[in-house]
Amino acid sequence: MNELDLHKVGVRGINSQLHSLPKNTNEKHWVIQNPRGQHSIAVGLDAPLQIDIRGHVGFYCGGMNKDAELTIHGHAGVGTAENMMSGVVWVKGNSSESAGATGNGGLLVIEGDASSRCGISMKGIDIVVGGSVGHMSAFMAQRGNLIVCGDAGDALGDSIYEARLYVKGKVASLGADCIEKEMRAEHLADLERLLKAAKRKEKPSDFRRYGSARKLYNFSVDHADAY
Amino acid sequence: MDKTPRTLPRKSATFDDYTLSEIRRAASTGIYDIRGAGAKRRLPHFDDLLFLGASISRYPLEGYREKCGTNVVLGTRFAKKPIELKIPITIAGMSFGSLSAQAKEALGRGATIAGTSTTTGDGGMTPEERGQSKTLVYQYLPSRYGMNPDDLRKADAIEIVIGQGAKPGGGGMLLGQKISDRVAAMRCLPKGIDQRSACRHPDWTGPDDLEIKIHELREITNWEKPIYVKIGGARPYYDVALAVKSGADVVVLDGMQGGTAATQEVFIEHVGQPTLACIRPAVRALQELGMHRKVQLIVSGGIRNGADVAKALALGVDAVSIGTAALVALGDNDPHYEAEYNELGSTAGAYDDWHEGRDPAGITTQDPELAKRLDPVKAGRRLSNYLKVMTLEAQTIARANGKSHVHNLEPEDLCALTVEAAAMAQVPLAGTDWIPGRGGY
Repeated sequence: MNELDLHKVGVRGINSQLHSLPKNTNEKHWVIQNPRGQHSIAVGLDAPLQIDIRGHVGFYCGGMNKDAELTIHGHAGVGTAENMMSGVVWVKGNSSESAGATGNGGLLVIEGDASSRCGISMKGIDIVVGGSVGHMSAFMAQRGNLIVCGDAGDALGDSIYEARLYVKGKVASLGADCIEKEMRAEHLADLERLLKAAKRKEKPSDFRRYGSARKLYNFSVDHADAY
Repeated sequence: MDKTPRTLPRKSATFDDYTLSEIRRAASTGIYDIRGAGAKRRLPHFDDLLFLGASISRYPLEGYREKCGTNVVLGTRFAKKPIELKIPITIAGMSFGSLSAQAKEALGRGATIAGTSTTTGDGGMTPEERGQSKTLVYQYLPSRYGMNPDDLRKADAIEIVIGQGAKPGGGGMLLGQKISDRVAAMRCLPKGIDQRSACRHPDWTGPDDLEIKIHELREITNWEKPIYVKIGGARPYYDVALAVKSGADVVVLDGMQGGTAATQEVFIEHVGQPTLACIRPAVRALQELGMHRKVQLIVSGGIRNGADVAKALALGVDAVSIGTAALVALGDNDPHYEAEYNELGSTAGAYDDWHEGRDPAGITTQDPELAKRLDPVKAGRRLSNYLKVMTLEAQTIARANGKSHVHNLEPEDLCALTVEAAAMAQVPLAGTDWIPGRGGY
């Protein structure tokens, strides 16, 4: 295990060290101490590292992550794991707005609550939220899975494309072109796999599925009132 | 037959032929008109300015003997690897999706021969474009279509797009007919559906957040790449100041003549300010912050020739960017295809239904048969020729005003032909020493 103290080396020192590691490095496990809510910690990682961040982080922690497995032992700010490509980002606490925004792949687990716009424009990432998500979550979500073990705020899945949304609790309201859909065996299997990966105890059969009605995919003046 | 003299039939200036046709079209279809390109209405522009030239009070440089530099360095504020271009004319961001792969390749080839940069667009970076572009600026847009860290690191600079001149405050739409398998795959969406590009970024709001976003991009790329911030011509004084505050290396300012791939006509013609009106407030913001020439300013929107380049530089700009003019250099709207433009209900020089994907010139299309019409090598050569001519023209004007570098041009070299242009450019009305708004009148 290697240790980096943000108080001593700053965000630049941490990212510079982690970026300098070759993909086949033997120094895989890193602990970041004293993150102090700073922004852009462990962004742009491109190697199969295991990173433990001991405290709260600010904006964009794990942004554009590839291959690395990050655990944030605290709360996270805006845009956690934004545009993630692969790997895992695991938040032990809560996460602020736009968690997993535009993520292309990998797994984002938020054990607590996520704020508004969780999974906005997601492009293939899987997101599991142990608590609830705020309004406009999965806005224009293109691909991937958003699993919410608690409740969802207003306008869930507004203008959604092909992403799949699963909510165990209440949904305050659905956004434009987002509807409840049939839960088939393939969806239950997906849910089981992702809940297991996120170490959740919920049963897949307790969730309801939401997705696109696909009525707004091609602009028609007859749908102008929907926007 | 009544021989009483009658007045000639008179059409309304308010309800002119174009307006009437638009009313009929709207009444027939029930949908607003969508088109490409920028504002087409008459606007105060660089044509309303003139250079004074040299005589006794200014000493000219010899046109064919004395050197007149044209190079520009972009990104000197924070980036470890600023960009040096041979000429102060760059190629604006245009997406693969709105343009064919051949057109993107041609832009890269032409820019590289001329010693300048080209820019990706919404939809990501194609190998053809990266391969043929010595200097490539990678756009970071609200949609994040095709955005990935590998391409980010391959780029020579990053341009965070907040707005564009044709539609400040608006997002984009690539209509389903242009969504080929390749375009769909790059954007992670099904083929054939309309692809909306959001008007706001998904993970930040406002200048304080933008500062954090810029910091993230710098961290991901180890502070190597210059970071541009592109804005539409909305409130240039404040927007430029906020871009500087947020940590931009370069500000790209796009006036309302700047083109788009597809936007509502009403948006293009009625939102935003003319390029000429945007420059002085932008430069003033930089000067007041002590950042003029430290944060470079690139201006686009209606740049057509070396005179436009020279006038923009004289007003304090570091470089200009061209989009529509570059497409015309490639072959867009060429009279050679007049019969086909007629079949599309248009004419060469007016064709702007770029969103439909039926461009006879093979540029604004994803139809493989049409796209094949554009030879990227020949089209790239045409673009480089055009860029060289623009540069020579700007040098000619600079020398005539006694300048050994095009960046030495200054507002004092200019006068205006109209009161409006004098007020916007803050140069004297020709034949007077009157700059509207100055001196209390």
